[in-house]
Amino acid sequence: MFVIVYFAALLVGSSVAAYFNQRTPFLLLFTLTLVSMVLGIVGGRGALEMVAIGAGVLAAAAMVSYGFKEFLIQMAEGDAGAFLKGGSTLLTALAVFTALTLMSFWFGWGITEIFVGLIMLTLILAPLSPETAKELRTAPLTAAFGMFVIFIYAVLGIFAPWIAPSGEAEVITQAFAPADENLLLGADQLGRDMFSRIVYGARNSVGLAIVATLSAFILGALAGLLAATKGGWFDQFMGRFADVIMSIPSLIFSLLMLSIFGPEIHVIIIAVAIIYAPRVFRLTRAVAGNVVVMDYIEAAKLRGEGTWYLIRKEILPNSTAPLVAEFGLEFCFVFLLVAGLSFLGLGIQPPTADWGSMVRDNATLISFGDITPLIPAAAIALLTIAVNFVVDWMLFRSSGLKEN
Amino acid sequence: MGDIARLIGQRFGLGLIILLAISIIIFFMVELLPGDIAQAVLGQSATEDNLAALRKEMGLDKPAVVRYLAWLKDAVLFDFGNSVVTQEKVTTIIGDRFLNTLFLAAYAAVIAVPVSIALGVVVALLRNSIFDRVANVVTLSFISSPEFFLGYILILYFSVNWGLFPAIASISEGMNFLQLLERTFLPALTLVLVVMAHMMRMTRAAIINLLASPYIEMAKLKGTPPWRVIVSHALPNAWAPIINVIALNLAYLITGVVLVEVVFVYPGIGQALVDAVSKRDFPVVQACCLIFASTFILLNLAADIGAILTNPRLRHPK
Amino acid sequence: MTYTRDQVVLDRLAQAARQGSISRRSFMNAAIAAGVTASAATGLWTTSAKAMPKRGGTYRVAQHDGNTSDQHDPGKYQSNYEISMTHTFRSYLTMINADGTLGGDLATDWSATPDAREWTFKLNSAATFHSGAKVTATDVLASMNHHRGEQSTSAAKSLLESVEDIVDNGDGSVTFKLGAPNADLPWIMPDYHLPIVPANADGTANWQSGDGSGPYRLVENEFGVSSRFVRHEGWHGEGAYFDEVVFLAINDPNARQTALVTGDVDACSLLENKTLALLGRDPNIEVDNISSAQCITMPMHVDVAPFDNNDVRMALKLSINREELIEKITFGAATIGNDFHHSPAMPYFPSEIPQREYDPDKAKWHLQQAGMENLEVSFSTADSITTGAVDAAILYAEHAKAAGITINVVREPNDGYWSDVWLVKPWCMVTWGARPTPDVMYTLAYKDDAAWNESHWKNPEFNKLLLQAKAELDDAKRAQMYHDMGMLARDDGGTVIPYFPNFVYGRRSNVKHVGQLSPAWQMDGYRHASRWWFDG
Repeated sequence: MFVIVYFAALLVGSSVAAYFNQRTPFLLLFTLTLVSMVLGIVGGRGALEMVAIGAGVLAAAAMVSYGFKEFLIQMAEGDAGAFLKGGSTLLTALAVFTALTLMSFWFGWGITEIFVGLIMLTLILAPLSPETAKELRTAPLTAAFGMFVIFIYAVLGIFAPWIAPSGEAEVITQAFAPADENLLLGADQLGRDMFSRIVYGARNSVGLAIVATLSAFILGALAGLLAATKGGWFDQFMGRFADVIMSIPSLIFSLLMLSIFGPEIHVIIIAVAIIYAPRVFRLTRAVAGNVVVMDYIEAAKLRGEGTWYLIRKEILPNSTAPLVAEFGLEFCFVFLLVAGLSFLGLGIQPPTADWGSMVRDNATLISFGDITPLIPAAAIALLTIAVNFVVDWMLFRSSGLKEN
Repeated sequence: MGDIARLIGQRFGLGLIILLAISIIIFFMVELLPGDIAQAVLGQSATEDNLAALRKEMGLDKPAVVRYLAWLKDAVLFDFGNSVVTQEKVTTIIGDRFLNTLFLAAYAAVIAVPVSIALGVVVALLRNSIFDRVANVVTLSFISSPEFFLGYILILYFSVNWGLFPAIASISEGMNFLQLLERTFLPALTLVLVVMAHMMRMTRAAIINLLASPYIEMAKLKGTPPWRVIVSHALPNAWAPIINVIALNLAYLITGVVLVEVVFVYPGIGQALVDAVSKRDFPVVQACCLIFASTFILLNLAADIGAILTNPRLRHPK
Repeated sequence: MTYTRDQVVLDRLAQAARQGSISRRSFMNAAIAAGVTASAATGLWTTSAKAMPKRGGTYRVAQHDGNTSDQHDPGKYQSNYEISMTHTFRSYLTMINADGTLGGDLATDWSATPDAREWTFKLNSAATFHSGAKVTATDVLASMNHHRGEQSTSAAKSLLESVEDIVDNGDGSVTFKLGAPNADLPWIMPDYHLPIVPANADGTANWQSGDGSGPYRLVENEFGVSSRFVRHEGWHGEGAYFDEVVFLAINDPNARQTALVTGDVDACSLLENKTLALLGRDPNIEVDNISSAQCITMPMHVDVAPFDNNDVRMALKLSINREELIEKITFGAATIGNDFHHSPAMPYFPSEIPQREYDPDKAKWHLQQAGMENLEVSFSTADSITTGAVDAAILYAEHAKAAGITINVVREPNDGYWSDVWLVKPWCMVTWGARPTPDVMYTLAYKDDAAWNESHWKNPEFNKLLLQAKAELDDAKRAQMYHDMGMLARDDGGTVIPYFPNFVYGRRSNVKHVGQLSPAWQMDGYRHASRWWFDG
């Protein structure tokens, strides 16, 4: 019965598409039909159901993304961010946000949560204006999907205590209890609610990763741009200094740092920033190095412009693309480094939920096909993919290509 | 080419200074670590008398600076001394292991570098297509799970369920080259998956970044097919960042594979370094770190030379 | 003893032998105790035992805790890989049998003077080193002196502290002369630090050569990677059924497990409790789960506030749910603790002491007595202590909430834990290896002047009993003393003892053993290579 309905739906779908001369949907649906036939023969009904579910999930994701994109466009056209304009640029908002996040890490999450929430709201609303509405229309569905996922994670992280059904460290049931209506994702090795821990993990892991990656970028990019512009001994010195740090393996370096200064959150952030800053430095230096030798920079120099002007107005705008691409990747490397640190017993202090440590705690179960460790791993993967989708779109936009 | 020779000479000189700086940093960081060698060697069951006797035997009663200078004097003559813990020569402890590490890194690099550059070019050509998205999602999923976890998943499928490759990459003297390749396939594959996304995405980004340049527009207007625009016009100018990322990842293949070694029981140098740090075995830590540092310096030098060769403008700073 | 009762015992023994659940050695001991002559017992064994061990094969083992920095000096032995190796290629004066009793290795017989101040060990004249040289009293002296004296760097120095002199009697026996009586000296000899190695001409121990008198000869070795052994044909003991033994150092629990599942190895030490049930479903794999005298302790410094108040100590002892800890952290692979460091796997276990239960209300009452409601304390732990150590501490903190106690769990770095946390922080988590007797354990960590008196607990009555028990050769009286000491430690001591973890290890189904496994270490007291065999 299922099989008949399934194929009927596919065929009707592709015929409708063909009738209305819609090439892409037709090709997609018809390919799906053909693939389903092969799979149905090889894998039987189970495989077909898998394909149906997969297609359904993809379609749902696409619809949600489309809806979210339209929502953003509507907001933008209504000029939702207008009241925030007037002097406050994106950059200062970012700086305040970073400072607040840093502070909330050091002084515990209290009233600062509200501040972080406000800042996030500003960040989302501020760029929404009729001009960006046009930009948003060009955004592919994948970018909209990425923005939607990031938005959801932000909500999860900020309102974790209200969303999570039980406490971060609260033991409520048997170890590895299966999922039911009370435990959305089952329980972990101590009988804590997996869903609640994932929600709290969004706050802890993502917060830590954002702060650490931003610090690394600010440090590294600034040094790289300065080195490229100034050149000479300063360039040489910074280059060799970066070499020194980079030539010490990151795991060993953090092991040494954290053993000496104690496994505190701010030590982790500083250690991660020091480890990743040289990588950003090298890339910035290479990209900016190519820009610096361009003729228009020569011209600006001859005009007698200062270093800071050169960096801000000439070099930075022309080297953002690779930097933005790098940000998306470094962001998820930081997750992994923190997971590696907890491998050495140096990561975030338990019972604080952290996705990396959650994967590690139950990693051996994967050898028996148990999916417990896959849940936090999927949470990391989803965020990484989402961030990189958005990054891809921005990259595409900043490259100035207007095709498609 | 004379300027490049000068650059190389200059860099070697600087390299030596960097190595010296690293040896000082590592020595004093190990000194600063809580606990000391004697405690680490004797463990939980040590008493004060034991510790004092052992410290004396190991020469730890001398001040740190004296010990560092003594080490440096020998190291200059390429004598890295004996392990404080086992009294064996450092070179015998890490010699074979370093070769193993190099072998695994080369194995992974030979697969990863060409594949990811080719993929990067194709993806830049077909940007925003389904193929682009799929390649992106797949490679990103690989790097977003911790590498030991990736290793576990590969072991589960390739050796436990399908029995295609051995789960343990323990290698011995008598194996021929093909056996070696088979034994070390899974760790190499793990490493390939880990480094591929980074290189592929950088290639794509660097190429796309150039697509709006006037000379590319020009080539397009002349009617050059898109793949030719990318391969013969964009790619040559995109090499600098790509080479940089390749150098970074090659260095990672050599210095950052501790967890893969542990998961696949591969006798590489990373494991030796972690053991040595936990036992505070300073000469071994120092030798390993200097090997890693030299690898880095050489690869970075290669990357810089590569960048200069591909962008002649850099050769004549105005 | 009546004849019928002995007959019943013998019948049961024969049945046990047929099922392979008893070792030949324990069979012989029991049969002789039941009044059968030695030769008759041997005959009985051969007719009863269904499967005699077979010889042959290459036995590959995945061994955990192997490090590049491992070495051959017995005084510096620390890792499990070293301990597994030493039992394979070296031998000791005495050993712990599979059934937990004390047996001879190089010594065939031992006896004490009535005051337990002099112990004489008679050496097996058939024993040889792999080099072919005979094992003599000179070698024993050199090996023991390696751990003694001012210059010694050995971690076993404190074990032999009370030994004043060791004498070669010239007739193939040695005598240990003690400064204080010690009825348990033969039980100390199987300590892994004390193997017999050949003597140099100047009377020092030659541990560097890797020569030994154990069941196998070491032929190839790279520390932290692998070791290969072949059978020592002239071995003085019985067993050593494999032709060749290969150890692989595999530190990752998942890698060890996978190697066992795929058949890359025949046996594997230290399995993760989490996956035990899943592993047990594989028909090709047998899991051995042996209760042991290893122990997890949580010592509080009783001279530091708030732990100087016994009501606080009692409150903390009452606010831990040991059953849940055992179920969730060890997945059932542990024996429950009762706040005194004497495991049921040790002799003289006082089983009539009532088990302490989880009772938050009573804990609250104790806190009221102390005037410290809403007590808040820090508790240090680290991942490397034992599997799930940090999880255990977190679970404990959850239990203690019910009694109004806040336990702040501090995860310390693995690296440097024994030098910076243990004996330093006022309350931390500790793991102890299995010790053979309560006397050894109490002397090490509970005696008032012990270097590792981890809780700083100095109870005069406990210490008086400890010294008395050392000199007491009457078993019943000794048992009563250990009972009293257990009660003191339980109700006044500074140590919370949640459980004694089991040894859990696995083997392929074609690897057989007698059915009883030594509780001294992993892998049949690490004598697996000489005691186990391949079947088919």
